[in-house]
Amino acid sequence: MKKRSLLFPLLVIITGFIFVARLFFLQIVHHDSNEISLSGSAIKRIYTYPERGFVYDRNGKLLVANEQTYDVKVIPNEVKAFDTIEFCSLLKIDKKYLITKLDRARNYSPWLPSVFLSQLSKEDYAYLQEKIHKYKGFSIQRKSLRKYPHKSAANILGYINEVNEYLAKKNPYYEQGELVGTQGIEKEYEDILRGTKGVSYKLRNRLNKVIGPYKEGIYDTLPQPGEDISLTIDLDLQAYGELLMSNKRGGIVAIEPNTGEILALVTAPSYDPNLMVGRERSKNSVMLFNDSINKPMLDRGLQAAYAPGSPFKLVEGLIGLQENVITPNTGFYCHHGYRYGNKATNFMGCHCGITGRAIDLRLGIAKSCNSYFSNVYKLLLEKYDTSQESLTHWAEHLRSFGLGDFLGYDLPIGTKGFIPSADYYDKVYPRKTWRYTTTISNAIGQGEIVTTPIQLANMIAAIANRGYYFTPHVLKKINGNPIDIEKFTTKKQTTIDAKNFEPVIEGMFDVYQNGTAKHVQIKDIDICGKTGTVQNYIRKNGVKYELADHSIFVAFAPKDNPKIALAIFVENGGFGSTIAAPIASLMIEKYLKGTSTSLKWWEDRIINTSLEAEYKKQLSIQLLEKSQN
Amino acid sequence: MRNHRINLLPHIDWLLVFIYIILICFGWMNIYAASSSENHQEILDFSTRYGKQIIWMGLSVVIAIFLLFIESSFYEKFAAYIYLACMLLLAGLFLVGKNINGATSWYAIGSFSIQPTEFAKTGTVLALARLLNERQFSFKPFINKVKTFVIITVPAILITLQPDPGSALVYVSFILLFYREGLHSNILIIGTLAIVLFVTTLVFGYVYVIAGACIITAIILWYISKVRKKILRFVWPKIIGILTIVSGYIYSVYFLFHYVFQQRHRDRFNILLGLSNDTSDIGYNTYQSIKTIASGGFWGKGYLQGDRTQGKFVPEQDTDYIFSTIGEEWGFWGSALVVILFMSFILRILFLAENQKSKFSRIYGYGVACVFFFHVLINVAMVIGLFPTIGIPLPFFSYGGSSLWGFTMLLFIFIKLDAAKKYEL
Repeated sequence: MKKRSLLFPLLVIITGFIFVARLFFLQIVHHDSNEISLSGSAIKRIYTYPERGFVYDRNGKLLVANEQTYDVKVIPNEVKAFDTIEFCSLLKIDKKYLITKLDRARNYSPWLPSVFLSQLSKEDYAYLQEKIHKYKGFSIQRKSLRKYPHKSAANILGYINEVNEYLAKKNPYYEQGELVGTQGIEKEYEDILRGTKGVSYKLRNRLNKVIGPYKEGIYDTLPQPGEDISLTIDLDLQAYGELLMSNKRGGIVAIEPNTGEILALVTAPSYDPNLMVGRERSKNSVMLFNDSINKPMLDRGLQAAYAPGSPFKLVEGLIGLQENVITPNTGFYCHHGYRYGNKATNFMGCHCGITGRAIDLRLGIAKSCNSYFSNVYKLLLEKYDTSQESLTHWAEHLRSFGLGDFLGYDLPIGTKGFIPSADYYDKVYPRKTWRYTTTISNAIGQGEIVTTPIQLANMIAAIANRGYYFTPHVLKKINGNPIDIEKFTTKKQTTIDAKNFEPVIEGMFDVYQNGTAKHVQIKDIDICGKTGTVQNYIRKNGVKYELADHSIFVAFAPKDNPKIALAIFVENGGFGSTIAAPIASLMIEKYLKGTSTSLKWWEDRIINTSLEAEYKKQLSIQLLEKSQN
Repeated sequence: MRNHRINLLPHIDWLLVFIYIILICFGWMNIYAASSSENHQEILDFSTRYGKQIIWMGLSVVIAIFLLFIESSFYEKFAAYIYLACMLLLAGLFLVGKNINGATSWYAIGSFSIQPTEFAKTGTVLALARLLNERQFSFKPFINKVKTFVIITVPAILITLQPDPGSALVYVSFILLFYREGLHSNILIIGTLAIVLFVTTLVFGYVYVIAGACIITAIILWYISKVRKKILRFVWPKIIGILTIVSGYIYSVYFLFHYVFQQRHRDRFNILLGLSNDTSDIGYNTYQSIKTIASGGFWGKGYLQGDRTQGKFVPEQDTDYIFSTIGEEWGFWGSALVVILFMSFILRILFLAENQKSKFSRIYGYGVACVFFFHVLINVAMVIGLFPTIGIPLPFFSYGGSSLWGFTMLLFIFIKLDAAKKYEL
């Protein structure tokens, strides 16, 4: 009997222990110290949104502003009988609109506000504001929209979007339906532009009725307005670049070499940033994003990777000097090309046309001699014991120019490009017997190497600076105060000594004096440049379709104390000298002199050049291939 | 002893009375927190729940004092009649009962309703004490088992038919009393096992449960043969037989549930066992209740400062879910203290019961402890999310006159019996 009387007390004690343990688990282990987030359902947050910061260009020209618009909202269950005739005439709507809109709002939710009429004009708003109290259930909500006084630079400015479920979950600052920068500087500098929303906490009961401030408002905060920013972009230069690129595809990147500031970042085709705002926004964005032929949402300056072509010879020469395989006076003969093997196909043609005398580095650059740089490449790849080791050194030099890297600029999109490594070739040629002959295309910037226009512009900035560059960036000032960001003020040294740049720069100078850009010289400005023409074809099912060459040009000016370095890439533009070179000269003159007058004929010609026919041809080939498959 | 004016006061167990007073006062404070609103700040506003509860509390004190003055032998003599009266009251509900929230559990007298279910417990405990107190009572004869079974089954069935199955479950708790009074432990074990297997079969499906039963048996066998070094040769038929019966039981539970029961029955079980994701209704209660308790932290948010309580997020918060108010406003220390108080209260009753000289008083005391324990166990476990939702009140805390009076009667009859042992005989 004694044993039996123990069971019950034991059960009581065990139960008590389990309960206390469970309470401990719930109230102490699981207790969220952030009381507000935990009791979220009892406390309603009411937000006050600050105005988003404005954006200016480097000269203080307004690029992005805000516009106030007014939406009429309605909560169907709060609507009382009202004078519909007066209401309709105030809002300039007809009765049919009123009835259908009210029905739709009621279908959505009788208790929640729906938009009844969006984006009221200021005059209508003024009249309505005085009489809105007569219409129970209707209210006016102020809304701030982005406004772009100019049509330029959509790719840099980006756009804002409503916060989606994913972001709202990821970042506790945002709630679904709020606005957030999703592209361009709106995204990159979201934290600066948006400010901080103010919040007040209200206690509510289970019917959602607010029953008073939470803890007398001790957690409430005021909104912090967004800060204005100035960009390094020169609006005039940007707009001019966009004009020159009309009806073409490609990109222009212009950088100030001694700061790394991006002066212009043109992509073509682009779009009017105002398309991404307002009532038509969703229609427009579908149209822009679905355009898989022109790809207006692709920033070709940052995201399109192309073979760099002849401008690559500049670094090739620099590496040759640095590795001591050549001197500025080393000469090679050109026999309309360069033979690197016994087979008939082992021959790289050259158009420099200089025969019978040795070509030195300066002349090689000025005339873009393929043979010269093939020789340099041979020496470079045979300098060390193995091709692997030699190529590793070669690639290291290239990387020091920022090639094959995201560069770290302050825009949210980009591509790395590609600089092949020894490992890469070991994988392609598993027997590891590859030599300079196997990769000879690298000598002239074709083959495996691909770079983006901004990487080329940055490379030219490093050449202009004789050996270093600053991380390219678009942010110049915050609220009028120049930025001091270590990342953008740190000199990035290349692996090439300063003295080795002179012969290369002289060669680039000669390009304008008597080389491939002689026809677009500008008086009083010493421009150094380099043309590039990249062969381009589609090969599929064994059939090779020849397409027009890509036209490339890189340049900086003036020769001493350079102010601008730029890279231009025009898809299927033909020879570098016919399209890209004139654009470079026009851009440089525009930036340094403010206007561009000396090449009026070229300006008209470039603006009126349309490559649409070429692009159509390309498209038809692609479609043809598709139908064949 | 008759006609002797004996002073009762020194014989009363003041510890129990003291805990009782603390519990009802603290209970009232929480009812006030859970049911007050901005518009009603007057404490003696009898149109509000907390105002009414004050009246119920005052009347319980009257009832308690009245019960203390009744001759203790009265309870033993009239136990059967009290039980019968309670059963008649329960049966009468089917004729003139008032339906509130889907259950015909109330008699309406004007604006005032009374729930006989709450008093039937007292009647049943008295009847059980009376039966088990019979000379040389033993559970061995089959007829005694039947008698005991009938006493607890009649009210359980009447209450289930109201329908108020939650309250009917209380009668299961008396198995602890029967065990104490000599019921063979096999019945307790088999009963527990049957319940566990029933529930697990519904939750996990019969395949897993049968497999689990086999594995557990195998482990036990391994333990017996290897660790305890016993030879198992002769018990094999027994083991196989038991396993077959258990498997048969499990499968028949499955079969009954899925092929014989109707959907409405299944729904009820599914909700009871938390198998149905009914978050909008019953799942919502538990979710809100757990969040509310967790938000209290260690020190709680302070009396009347619980924003979830003040926002009335937990349904039925002044009745079945009153414990969540304690959890939010008084935090871990407050709610743990209430748990400890209840457990001490029950242990005290058990301790006193064991020390009774009269068998009747001991059995009655044990029964009282069973009822309180069961209520606290089911209610608190439900509110803190350990048990499925079963709507029964937390003694002394939940709003409601009938339950407060019922528990007061149950307790004070025992206090009287306990006090009497010290001066009678």
